[in-house]
Amino acid sequence: MYWSWLKSGFALGLCFLLAVILVKPIGVSTQFVILDGMIASVFNRNLVFKDEASESGYASSNAYLNKSGGKYAKSVANPLNYSFLFVLAMLLGGIIGGIVHRRKTKHPIRQTPEFHQRRFMNAAVLRYVLAFVGGIVVLWGARMAGGCTSGNMMSGIMQTAVSGYFFAAATFIVAIPVAIFIYRK
Amino acid sequence: MDILLAILLGGLFGFVLQRVGAADPDKIVGMLKLTDLHLMKAILAGIGIASSLLFAGLMLGLVDAGHLDIKTMHWGVILGGLILGAGWALGGFCPGTGLVALGSGRKDALFFILGGLAGAGIFTSMYGGLDEAGWFEKLFGGDASLVFTGNSTPVLSGSWTGLLAIGIGIVMIVLARMLPDKLR
Repeated sequence: MYWSWLKSGFALGLCFLLAVILVKPIGVSTQFVILDGMIASVFNRNLVFKDEASESGYASSNAYLNKSGGKYAKSVANPLNYSFLFVLAMLLGGIIGGIVHRRKTKHPIRQTPEFHQRRFMNAAVLRYVLAFVGGIVVLWGARMAGGCTSGNMMSGIMQTAVSGYFFAAATFIVAIPVAIFIYRK
Repeated sequence: MDILLAILLGGLFGFVLQRVGAADPDKIVGMLKLTDLHLMKAILAGIGIASSLLFAGLMLGLVDAGHLDIKTMHWGVILGGLILGAGWALGGFCPGTGLVALGSGRKDALFFILGGLAGAGIFTSMYGGLDEAGWFEKLFGGDASLVFTGNSTPVLSGSWTGLLAIGIGIVMIVLARMLPDKLR
């Protein structure tokens, strides 16, 4: 159904290696902030603005978008940048992956995960609630850490980043017992 | 050129994440419950292969070190990792795999992504206060790496450290091979 662990490892390794050789390390979670910024600038026209005094040429009234010389403010103002398009293209890759998946397995993708069914029966709404809450927690944590599983764990450890080792250790120390406890049945 | 690379590399990465099973919450939670280590083996092998080839390329001068980018080490990395771990276990997605899962046609992934946008928004509004509280003060010199990458603050020094990085990568591949399919 899915690729073997070895084929998967080679494919993942190739993605991370190609990205860092050709452009820069893979990262995803920053783009949630950039999309938030784009949505927020529709309602608040003064959220990001041109500023010649700033390193990137852009600044923001928000401290986070304004940090590191306004580089996030610049991305919010210019949606056609590498990092944002990379993440949008991942969605496209997921669509193609899903088509291949359905063709190979002859089954639709299972909508309610097995661990959820075992623990909470067929409560689809509860699954959506847990996924939503999970999303809030994951992205808050990812931004606090400066990166998620892709940027901090995989790209980080690939480069022997100290932050990558600490991030991976912290993530699994909590994730393993929490998963075992919540989905114990 | 950058735009074309973004679409090709992002599209490839999204496709691969789906085909390795990383966009399937059953595979993620199976890994975290230690009942299905398929993804753990794949991730270990993936990082190990990429890392050993990357440092071999750096030593041979085939890779432009200017493309590498070490993330800053600060207390937020640890707190953020602990919190992300809880959400990862609860929802069964991380930011990238949630997006890919949405593409593959999962409805729960849509709710994860909406939650993610909310969580990123909450963080964005809290950043100023967290910064003042000192969460992002640099540790280990900030852009610290075990081995010198060309533009990082290395923990170890010496020309042999490139070989150490290659060795760590190989150990990870061996570990991936040795890990059983499940521990529980």
